[in-house]
Amino acid sequence: MAEDAKGAGNAEGAAGDGTSGGPADDGATAGAGGAEGTVRPAEDRTTDPAPEPEARPELDADADTEPTTDAEPDDRESEPETEADSEPESVPEPAPVSRTRGRVAVVVGVVGELLITAGLVLALFVVYSLWWTNVVANREADRKSERVRDHWAAGRGPDGPGARDLKDGIGFLHVPSMTDDDVLVTKGTETKELNHGIAGYYTEPVRSALPWDQSGNFALAAHRDGHGAKFHDIDRIDEGDPVVFETKNTWYVYEVYAILPKTSKYNVDVLDAVPKESGRKDAGRYVTLTTCTPVFTSEHRYVVWGELVRTEDVDEDRTPPRELR
Amino acid sequence: MYGWIWRHLPGNAYVRALISLVLALGVVFVLFQYVFPWAEPLLPFNDVTVDEG
Repeated sequence: MAEDAKGAGNAEGAAGDGTSGGPADDGATAGAGGAEGTVRPAEDRTTDPAPEPEARPELDADADTEPTTDAEPDDRESEPETEADSEPESVPEPAPVSRTRGRVAVVVGVVGELLITAGLVLALFVVYSLWWTNVVANREADRKSERVRDHWAAGRGPDGPGARDLKDGIGFLHVPSMTDDDVLVTKGTETKELNHGIAGYYTEPVRSALPWDQSGNFALAAHRDGHGAKFHDIDRIDEGDPVVFETKNTWYVYEVYAILPKTSKYNVDVLDAVPKESGRKDAGRYVTLTTCTPVFTSEHRYVVWGELVRTEDVDEDRTPPRELR
Repeated sequence: MYGWIWRHLPGNAYVRALISLVLALGVVFVLFQYVFPWAEPLLPFNDVTVDEG
């Protein structure tokens, strides 16, 4: 509609010019004729200029709002006549180019967002591994530990050789130089068992001895990172440090005498009843702590050996041996 | 992708932001509860025992 009005305005303007030009010519010719001729152009001028101001506001208004379209309609009107054949070829070409560019941009954008998402997921996995698994495992270990202590208080649970309640846990490991926590010890070293925030004694590949056995190697494993990370600070243990195992009725006090900071994960000999790598050659009552090293990886194994120094009976207040005080 | 989700969420910007937050927390929950526990044993980060392999 606006273009139509504009076209009409242009037409009027052009007509106005034509009419105003007309009378001027008439005036020039009529001027030679007489005075009437001079009056007529004046009348024409008074009448003709009137339509021009009417038309101008329309043109100005159109020029203000759509300054560029004034030229386009003319081009469109002229081009189709001269380049009608070339236009259908040129118009489809730009469209596919911009469409493919748009597709490429969308694909690149989606790939970029997926890469960012993958990075966030990996970061979340680190958070999960090093923090959340500890939260879950410690909660579970606390619950299990409480249950074991409740059993002990109620008179059930391991009562020396024979009466073993292996399911809930056989006792607590205290290593003051490594952690202030008491670590619940249960049977088995399967990952899903160790994930409960406990230390497990080996059943595979070697059947571990238990503290109350007359001789043998009490071999334990626990996580270094995540899932409670009970052996995280195993590298803080020095030779001579105490390792105390607490059962319902007895404190088993061991002393660390050998440390193997790095060994192959296939080195099952460290679990032997007489661990020769620790330097011992005679049967005795040993304890072995194993975990992975270096931290945050599972490349190698870290091994700590201790041997039994003495046992203490648990009194009514469960007073810990002097190594734990 | 995220732009597409944002455009298809109902409500004004605040409602969309709230829904986005809930969706993000839901994704984190699914990851922590199901995906990561499944993936963790497949990754060689947490084997602590000596084994005959």
